[in-house]
Amino acid sequence: MEFTSVLFYIFSFFFVTSAVMMITARNTAKAALLLILTFFSAASLWLLLEAEFLAITLILIYVGAVMVLFMFVIKMLDTDKSTLRAQFTRYLPLGIFVSIVVIAQMVLVLNAGQFDLEVIGVPERHDASYSNITAIAEQLYTVYVYPFELAAILLLIAIIAAITLVHRNQLRSKKQNISEQVNVQAKDRMRFASIKPKSSKESK
Amino acid sequence: MMNFQFNVSELIFVLPELFLLSAISIILLFDLFASERLKPLTYYLTQLALIITGWLAFDLIGESAIIFSGTFVLDTMGSTFKVFIMGFAIIALVYTRHYLKAHELLRNEYFILALMSILGMMVMVSGHSLLTLYMGLEIMSLSLYALIASARDRAVAIEAALKYFVLGAIASGLLLYGMSMIYGITGSLDIAQISNFARASTLASQQTLILNFGLVFLVIGVAFKLGAVPFHMWVPDVYQGSPTSVTMFLSTVPKIAAIALLIRLLIDGLGDLQHYWSDLLMIIAVLSIALGSLVALMQSNIKRMLAYSTISHIGFVLLGFVTGVVEGYGAAVFYVLVYILMSLAAFGSIIVLNKNGFEADQISDYQGLSKHSPWFALIILVVMLSMAGVPPFIGFYSKLFILQQVIAEGYIILAVIAVVFAVISAYYYLQIIKTMYFDDADKEITVSAPLDMRVVLSINGILILLVGLMPSFWMSLSVSLF
Repeated sequence: MEFTSVLFYIFSFFFVTSAVMMITARNTAKAALLLILTFFSAASLWLLLEAEFLAITLILIYVGAVMVLFMFVIKMLDTDKSTLRAQFTRYLPLGIFVSIVVIAQMVLVLNAGQFDLEVIGVPERHDASYSNITAIAEQLYTVYVYPFELAAILLLIAIIAAITLVHRNQLRSKKQNISEQVNVQAKDRMRFASIKPKSSKESK
Repeated sequence: MMNFQFNVSELIFVLPELFLLSAISIILLFDLFASERLKPLTYYLTQLALIITGWLAFDLIGESAIIFSGTFVLDTMGSTFKVFIMGFAIIALVYTRHYLKAHELLRNEYFILALMSILGMMVMVSGHSLLTLYMGLEIMSLSLYALIASARDRAVAIEAALKYFVLGAIASGLLLYGMSMIYGITGSLDIAQISNFARASTLASQQTLILNFGLVFLVIGVAFKLGAVPFHMWVPDVYQGSPTSVTMFLSTVPKIAAIALLIRLLIDGLGDLQHYWSDLLMIIAVLSIALGSLVALMQSNIKRMLAYSTISHIGFVLLGFVTGVVEGYGAAVFYVLVYILMSLAAFGSIIVLNKNGFEADQISDYQGLSKHSPWFALIILVVMLSMAGVPPFIGFYSKLFILQQVIAEGYIILAVIAVVFAVISAYYYLQIIKTMYFDDADKEITVSAPLDMRVVLSINGILILLVGLMPSFWMSLSVSLF
C-alpha cells in the first residue's frame, strides 16, 4: 500500500468518526470541537486530491472564522437541552426510517457503476510546479464570472439583511453631534427652575 | 486559457439586470445619506427603477442569445417574464407602502430588499446553468426571509421567517443534491448540454436511473418553492405570520420565477424525461388541488384561507405541465399570470382596509363592507368570483384553458377531479361575498387609504374584468413563449 493510501484511510477514519460523534454528542461545545476536527480531516483529504487552495480555504474560513463564531454563540446562548432531546426521540423512528430509505436509494444509484474510474477516467497527477490557485482563478474569472458576481450580490444582501434586522433607528444609537457639542452655552446646560412646594389644597 | 470568449457587446443582453443592480446600489447609497426630509424619495426611486428595468426588458423581447459561457440565456420567454415581474412588482409596492405606513413599519431597507429579491427572480428567469439558477433562487429567497423578519416586534413574523428560512434551506439542499446527481452523470452544469445528454438514444439504463434520481430531487425543490402538496407545510404559517405586504409579495411575483425555474430545469433541461416528471407532477397537482380546496373551507383567517387557495391554484398550474405539450405549458403560464393578478387584488383589498395598526385579516372583519364602501366590496366580489372560476371573469378562462389541454391529452379523470374540487372551493370564495353583502356589521370599517392605493387597486380590479374580455389573445401570447 502506498503512503498516500495509508494517509487517506487515516484521515477518512477521523473524518467519519468525528462526524458521527459530532451528531451524537450531548454537549454542544463538544459537538462544535468535533466539527472542527471533521473540517480538518476533510481539508487533509482535499490536500491528497491536490486541491491545496480549497484545503487552506476550508481551514481558514470554516475553522478560523465560522467555527470560532459558533463557539461564541454556543457559549452565550443557554439552550435548554432537555426539551431538545425530548423532541429528538419523538421523531427518532420516522428519522431512522427516512434515513434507511435514502441510504438504500443512494447505494442503488451509486452502485450503478456510472461513477467508477473506468467511466469517469483517472484524474491526472500534476507535478509540484502546478498551481491550484491559478487553475481556479482562470475558471472563476472567465467561464464562471457571472455566477461569481451573483455570489457577490448574495453577500451584499446578507449584509443589508443583517443590518436591517439588528439595527434600530436612533433608539440605542449613541451618535455624537460635534457641532452641537462645540456650540453649547452654559445656559443650555443649566436651567433654573422655581418649584413651589405643592400645598395640599391645590391637589384635586 | 481554454476556449473562453467574451465580447463586450454581449453585455447589452444583460442590460435590465445590470441596470437594476446599479439602481439598487445608487438607491442604497441615496437612502444612507439622504436627510429625513428626502427619505420618502426612496420609494419613488424604487418604482422608477422598476419601470425602467421593465422597459429595458420589454425592449429586448424578440432577441435571443446565450452568453457568459452558457450561464445566461436571453429569450422571448425570459424577457416577457421579466416585464411581467416588473409590472406586478410595481402594483405590489404601491400596496406595500400603504400597509407599511398603516402599521408604522415603513423603513426604506424594505424596498431595497424587495428590489434585490426581484433581481434574484430575473437571474432565475434567465438562468441557463444549474449554478445560475441556484444563485438566483438564493438571492431571491434570502431577501424574502429578511423581508418577513423585518416586522421584528411581532413574534409571529419572526416565527414565520424562521420557519421559511429553515424549510427553505432544506429545500435548497434537496435541490442541490438533485443538481449534483445531474451534474455527476452529465458532466455539465449547462442546461443545453444536459438536454443533449438526456436526448442521446444510447443512454444506458444505469444512466437513466441516476438522471431520474436527480430529477426527483429537482421536482421536490421546485414543488417546495411553489408550495405544492406535500411540500406545502410552510405556506399557511408563513402567509399568516408575515406582514400582509410581504405575504402579498411572497404569493405573487416569486411564483413567476418558480415557474421559470421549473421550465428551465424540467422542460429545457430534462424535456426528454417528460414521461417521468409528468407522473410526479400529476400526483403533486391532484394532491394540491384537493388539499387546498378542502382545508381552506375551515379557515376564519383570510390570509390563511388565501394560502390554501394558493396551494390549490398551484395544483392547476402544475396540471398544465402534466400534459407535456406546448399548449399545456402555455395554459400553465397564462394561469400563473392570471393567478398573480387576482392574488394582488385580493391582498390589495385586505391592505386597503388596514389603518392605524388595525389588521383586517379575519373574514368577520368584512361584515357589511358593501354598505360603507360599496366600490371596494365590488372589487372583492370580482376577485372572489374570478378566483372561484365564474365566467366572464379571467379566472374562468385560465381554468378553462388548463382543463381543455388536460382533456385533449386524454386525462379525463384528472379533469373531473379538478372540476369537482374547483366547485368545492367556490364555497369559501362565495362565503366572503356573503359576509360582505348580507351580514350586518358589528363594527364600522371605513377605507382611509391614500389616492394612489385606491386608484391602483381599482385598476387591478378592472383589469381582471378587462383581460377576461379577450382571453384568447393572452393565451396565444403565453403559448408563443415556448
